[in-house]
Amino acid sequence: MYTQALNTSDGDDRHVEDATRSAQFQARIDADERIEPNDWMPAAYRKTLTRQISQHAHSEIVGMLPEGNWITRAPSLRRKAALLAKVQDECGHGLYLYAAAETLGTSREEMVDAMLTGKSRYSSIFNYPTLTWADIGAIGWLVDGAAIMNQIPLCRCSYGPYARAMIRVCKEESFHQRQGFEIMLTLARGTPEQKAMAQNALDRWWWPVLMMFGPPDQASQHSDTSTKWKIKRFSNDELRQKFIDATVPQAQFLGLTIPDPGMTQDAEGHWRYSEIDWTEFKQVLAGNGPCNRDRLAARRKAHDDGAWVREAAAAYAAKRANRPVAQAAE
Amino acid sequence: MTAASIQVSEPPLVLYTLRRADDALILGHRLSEWCGHAPAMEEDMALANMGLDLIGQARELYIYAAKVEGKGNDEDKFAYLRDVRQYRNLLLVEQPNGDFARTMTRQFFYAVFADLYWRAMMMSRDATLAAIAAKAEKEFAYHVRHSSEWMIRLGDGTDESHRRVQIAADDLWAFTGEMFVVDDAERGLIDAGIAVDPASLRPRWLKTISEVLSEATLTIPQNDWMQKGGRIGHHTEHLGHLLSELQSLQRSFPGATW
Repeated sequence: MYTQALNTSDGDDRHVEDATRSAQFQARIDADERIEPNDWMPAAYRKTLTRQISQHAHSEIVGMLPEGNWITRAPSLRRKAALLAKVQDECGHGLYLYAAAETLGTSREEMVDAMLTGKSRYSSIFNYPTLTWADIGAIGWLVDGAAIMNQIPLCRCSYGPYARAMIRVCKEESFHQRQGFEIMLTLARGTPEQKAMAQNALDRWWWPVLMMFGPPDQASQHSDTSTKWKIKRFSNDELRQKFIDATVPQAQFLGLTIPDPGMTQDAEGHWRYSEIDWTEFKQVLAGNGPCNRDRLAARRKAHDDGAWVREAAAAYAAKRANRPVAQAAE
Repeated sequence: MTAASIQVSEPPLVLYTLRRADDALILGHRLSEWCGHAPAMEEDMALANMGLDLIGQARELYIYAAKVEGKGNDEDKFAYLRDVRQYRNLLLVEQPNGDFARTMTRQFFYAVFADLYWRAMMMSRDATLAAIAAKAEKEFAYHVRHSSEWMIRLGDGTDESHRRVQIAADDLWAFTGEMFVVDDAERGLIDAGIAVDPASLRPRWLKTISEVLSEATLTIPQNDWMQKGGRIGHHTEHLGHLLSELQSLQRSFPGATW
């Protein structure tokens, strides 16, 4: 699902490119043209996008784990089918995004290896645990809601394959978001125990979800190039504010309390929130979230346990490819 | 506080429908356990797809069973509030996933049967079952294709994959006989043209199984002693653990709506 917190561009290691080509490239961006895989592009543009799209893909794949945690315990057959379909969608997004990133010249295997070895990141939000069924509602409502806020502008990203992938992903994510809200609504209107479960999930997910938009603008040094290249169109704080303004009335509708007693509405209608604990964000990024180790271990285990299957498929394909040649040689 | 199991009355058509619904739910649940942990992302997609087909079939069958029973039960009560002894699925489908070879072998043995079975059931004199059959048959045709391709790839892949898939076939073989057993409860439905006689499908099942295993360079297991009991609630030890997970919320919060 999501990326904004991970964006970093490579202003420092940009190669000296042919000045004319760079200027032409920037002119195309400024004219809102789409850049396609075979077009010339600055090496740093390629590198930034490869990193962003692959991290986005990793996030989809790792994101299957916290929600997958509840598929076998979903409380009704309707919920079970919907959750399985949802997690399958996330996998589809992952595949789709890896394919978009591959158009920039890096193979999926390389990108996956970078994630498994910890060189490439995925969204920190998935390093939090899903403790109750209400967490499945909260993830759909809040995490997918925040993802949509970030991804809608990416539908107009300058890189064609990424922008097109995002159009499809956003459609499915808004469906997931509605589904999550509907789970929360059912709980909020349910028994006192269910309502308490919903409130507790909101309490635990609220602040980590706000961190998904990335560091505050004053602390973020990386956005300039991405903005110039029209990869990024809004700042972290702008998107965070949009999300909060959209979400507060939804929480009110649910009858749940946002765990920020200092929150007030200003004269323009914006909800002003309290200071975010960026120490926690940095710790989770550094590998010290509640589930960082579990998530990576689960992905590595799936990868390692599946190695013999992938080897078998490759061996069989090679045999098949050689067979006609062998017959012809007889 | 925990929710107690429901009472189910099982006249032949209800029992018949619950048996097929339980097959679909339990196998669908097993496949869903893979989600996020498969050997490749494409396989995560495929296993989830097949799991969704099966859970969908289970729901339609439970809804029909509830209607025929007419005692106020519904799909979720059947799934979430019956004890292990009230479950009526085949022993094959409750067997644990094991490695990917075991999961695919289980799928292959069952899907080849289910494809033949539901295709024949399209001629059922029960219009609801015939309609469910028409949808299920299409889905199982894909399950057969997918699992057969993997049997061949694994069997004729590497020494390691060959070894694993042969062990899986040998271990699961004893659970295949139960698919073809008919008891008194179903005999009447077969005679009335509502159900088909699964025993009549065994030669075609064995032919497909033999052809695929042969292409996969695998040996047909020779052990012909067959386990049974699932249809009357005598399960292996595995089902109880699956149900304790599947039913945990409904059992812990009696009467809640989710």
